[in-house]
Amino acid sequence: MSSQKKINSWARKRTSQDSSSYQTRLSAWRVKEDLNDSKSISKCGQNNTVEDYEGADDQAENALQIALRYFEKGPIKTSQNKEKHLKTVENVAWKNGLAPEGIDILLSVALSGKFGSAVNTRIFKCMIPATLISEDSVVKAVSWLCAGKCSGSTKVLFYRWLVAMFDFIDHKEQINLLYGFFFASLQDDALGMQPHLQALLSLYKFFVPTLISVSLPMRKKIYFKNSENLWKTALLALKPRNPGFPSEPLKLMLTNVYPIKRKWNSHSIIPVLNSCNYSKESRKKRMNLSDYLSSNGSFPLEQLKSFPQLLQNIHCLELPSQMGAVLNSSLLLHYINCVRDESVLLRLYHWLSQTLQEECNWYKVNNYDHGKEFANFLDTILRAECFLQEGFYSCEAFLYKSLPLWDGLCCRSQFLQLVSWIPFSSFSEMKPLLFDHLSRLFFTSSIFFKCSILQCLKELLQNWLLWLSMDIHVKSVRNSPLETTLGGSMNSVSELIHYVGWLSTTAVRLESNRTFLLHFILDFYEKVCDIYINYNLPLVVLFPPGVFYPVLLSLDSSILNQLCYIMDRYHKNLTAAKKNEFVHKTKSEFSFSSKTYQEFNQYLTAMVGCLWTSRPFQKGLYIDPEVLGNASVAEYKKSLNLVHHPAFLSYTVSFLLQECPEERKVNMSSIRGKKWNWYLDYLYSEGLHGLKHFIRSSIHRSSVP
Amino acid sequence: MDSYDAPELTPRQDASSRLKDFFVGATPLQKRLESVRKQTSFIPTPPRRKIPQGSQLQEDVDPQKFAFLLHKQWTLYSLTPLYKFSYTNFKEYSKLLNAFIAAEKQKGLAVEVGDDFNIKVVFSTLMGVKGTQRDPEAFLVQILSKSQLPSEHKEGKVLWTGWFCCVFGDSLLETVSEDFTCLPLFLVNGAETNTAIIGTWFQKTFDCYFRPLAINAFNLSWMAAMWTACKMDHYMATTEFLWSVPCSPHSLDISYAIHPEDAKALWDSVHKTPGEVTQEEVDLFMDCLYSHFHRHFKIHLSATRLVRVSTSVASAHTDGKIKILCPKYLIGVLAYLTELAVFQIE
Repeated sequence: MSSQKKINSWARKRTSQDSSSYQTRLSAWRVKEDLNDSKSISKCGQNNTVEDYEGADDQAENALQIALRYFEKGPIKTSQNKEKHLKTVENVAWKNGLAPEGIDILLSVALSGKFGSAVNTRIFKCMIPATLISEDSVVKAVSWLCAGKCSGSTKVLFYRWLVAMFDFIDHKEQINLLYGFFFASLQDDALGMQPHLQALLSLYKFFVPTLISVSLPMRKKIYFKNSENLWKTALLALKPRNPGFPSEPLKLMLTNVYPIKRKWNSHSIIPVLNSCNYSKESRKKRMNLSDYLSSNGSFPLEQLKSFPQLLQNIHCLELPSQMGAVLNSSLLLHYINCVRDESVLLRLYHWLSQTLQEECNWYKVNNYDHGKEFANFLDTILRAECFLQEGFYSCEAFLYKSLPLWDGLCCRSQFLQLVSWIPFSSFSEMKPLLFDHLSRLFFTSSIFFKCSILQCLKELLQNWLLWLSMDIHVKSVRNSPLETTLGGSMNSVSELIHYVGWLSTTAVRLESNRTFLLHFILDFYEKVCDIYINYNLPLVVLFPPGVFYPVLLSLDSSILNQLCYIMDRYHKNLTAAKKNEFVHKTKSEFSFSSKTYQEFNQYLTAMVGCLWTSRPFQKGLYIDPEVLGNASVAEYKKSLNLVHHPAFLSYTVSFLLQECPEERKVNMSSIRGKKWNWYLDYLYSEGLHGLKHFIRSSIHRSSVP
Repeated sequence: MDSYDAPELTPRQDASSRLKDFFVGATPLQKRLESVRKQTSFIPTPPRRKIPQGSQLQEDVDPQKFAFLLHKQWTLYSLTPLYKFSYTNFKEYSKLLNAFIAAEKQKGLAVEVGDDFNIKVVFSTLMGVKGTQRDPEAFLVQILSKSQLPSEHKEGKVLWTGWFCCVFGDSLLETVSEDFTCLPLFLVNGAETNTAIIGTWFQKTFDCYFRPLAINAFNLSWMAAMWTACKMDHYMATTEFLWSVPCSPHSLDISYAIHPEDAKALWDSVHKTPGEVTQEEVDLFMDCLYSHFHRHFKIHLSATRLVRVSTSVASAHTDGKIKILCPKYLIGVLAYLTELAVFQIE
């Protein structure tokens, strides 16, 4: 107990000192304590001052728990204990503040009338939050007030405490709903005549005159002087010790080249959802209390809880005073999604553009916390974009400004996701602003970064295709924003695909055909090959030879399988396009050039030649036999078929070993005729479904090779 | 962020097209984005600007009225358009802002009630501080300390001053609808804590966004050239440049003062196009200063960072601080600052 008293007095004395001086003096105190309190040393059995100190802390914590349990149970006749427990609580509260759970218990105790007024007053005086106060505790307290178990003076103390601690309450939604009760209670119980509560009432009268009906004296007097405040000293003393302490004074850093600008207002980047609009309030001056409470003019945001509610009140919704707050509310995102009011979107645009630029400062990366905060902010934006299935223009503008300066590291995943949500627009316009910078990063970075970029471009393509496929249906009614014709839009998409083709071709060479990279490239083409059927858009773009041939010669069976799948899908898309053309007879604007078909056929021939007929590269590719001879692969024709292709080699061996597991030597050439079919079935059973589809659609098996 | 737990409620078919449809055609938002694209793809500033002409205030405005804006150091901010701001509500804004300041100053503890707080907030227009008829009127916010003695009825001391203006802000005005008031340039003189509180109130009330407006070395060079080019009846201050050399343990500042008439003579020697300043002229002007300095001190100033420019027209610091000295060129200086502010919010 003695140690706690000392801390207590320290806490009182050091209120005017800053935290650093506190630190040094606290350690001095520890040493002193160590020397004086030999009992505690012997108890702990060691000389380590820090651990000793922590031990003392633990003890205090235990004592506090016991004390809280005592108060919760209610008074027991032995008053000595009561005094002891009260002291314990007071000491801990003044030293460290109380946890939300502790305050919850004490608040109920004080208002339940279990103890006398004197004890209640002492409890109230030491109800100092260490971090926050739970809203539920306050709600519970109000229900105790309704039970009428406590005296008038305790009630007054409660209201004073509530006013003083208002900023520490974690949420206010429930409390906001209780205002009716507070006002009624203050006015009806004539508690309002207490000076501090009068102050509260006159303050509300100042902002919302209609809510307060009692007449208040017009005396000019300062009601809440800081010096008179019961809890101020304790709160100030706690502040430097608890880093997350909420009531930071406002301060603005003025030098703006490198330093981190502290936020003016809230603790988070995104403003709090608040429909309070000052100009609106003033217009309502003539309303009386009941009108106000049963207001049917507009629907306050604070009450908006469900989607049906949104639908019912969508015509009279009070919009947030700061539009940025919608990012934190899925219901309001629904709202801005269908709103026709342009000022709503402009407000969001301005706020988001400025916040992104202000928060994202590459020079700040040294500050870990700030980097994390910015990443969280981007995550919130991305969730909203994903929810709306649509990118914000502010983010696009932000990327144009920031991507040239980006190091490719900071918030990488968030940045690339932002890229994938860029709204559809003309590729050639965006290329110098965005894609040229992206290629520079692409070529100078690791294989993992290359793959991330390919992935993000795949998502971008998908988002554009989704949007265009829906846009095409409203085309007859309106003009599209950027491209006036569908042809123009298709050009833009095809340019994006060619751009990725160019990236991929170069990357395959730079990374010497790494399987990992090929997977990401083929993932992209899985989207590309199905545009005609999946999105109903007149576009088929093939992969460049620089992608096709390395993939065909890949050593990895899953890559080859993926290639087969994509070829099969290209086949189906092209066939469908041809059929459509045939049905409509007239040559439409979007009929594919014969060049696309020729290109496809060339790839197809090459694949069938390699994998099936063992006559690879008959057309379009000439290899000097001498070169092959030098490489001792003069007999190469079979070496790329399903049996001998290096990607399938392990399957071949397993297949043959299945037949005769004892064999030390396998004869690969034995896979012929019927056995070839069994081998195929074996491959399919091993999960090579792409291959299965490809062979079924592209090879007419009239004869067995 | 709360959980998006109801994806099935999203009208997905509409979701991606609605917002887009809305941007069809040349809505302000669309124009905005196009202007950002243009800005990013080309050199951000036009290669030529007009040299500020003499007083561009409207004829019926007395320049003496703005004397209090001169010879004071102002910190610059850019400000996005104010939503639902009205010049007719000044009285009410004063009252609300007064209450807000009182509440914020006591935050976390308790609040004093309106009349007892010994400050007064005053909103007023600065009629005539604008470039064209389309520019909205500038306005002023001041915090005055109330006199403690009831017998004294004089206005108290000015504790804080901030003013909002738009001078030749056409490019911004085109991109917003009538619900907004565009005053992209905010200048403030007073305690930071007050700026933070008042800025917060404006952000909450008019859904706008303040950002400190720094002036980079490139723009400082432009200011140096444009202000040197201004015709002066008599010079009030020397022309002075301040460069900063980042070296440890202490950074080194190099001050370079020139007689204003010499600076003007140098400018006249590099200046060709009448009435205009071009990028080449700015570069040449600065290069001449650099080579002169190098000849004497063997220091390449071009390798250091220009942080301050002072002339008889005005002085500006890279931190975003400005002091306007010559009433004749008030509008000219504000026009360039408005341009920088608009650039920052685009």
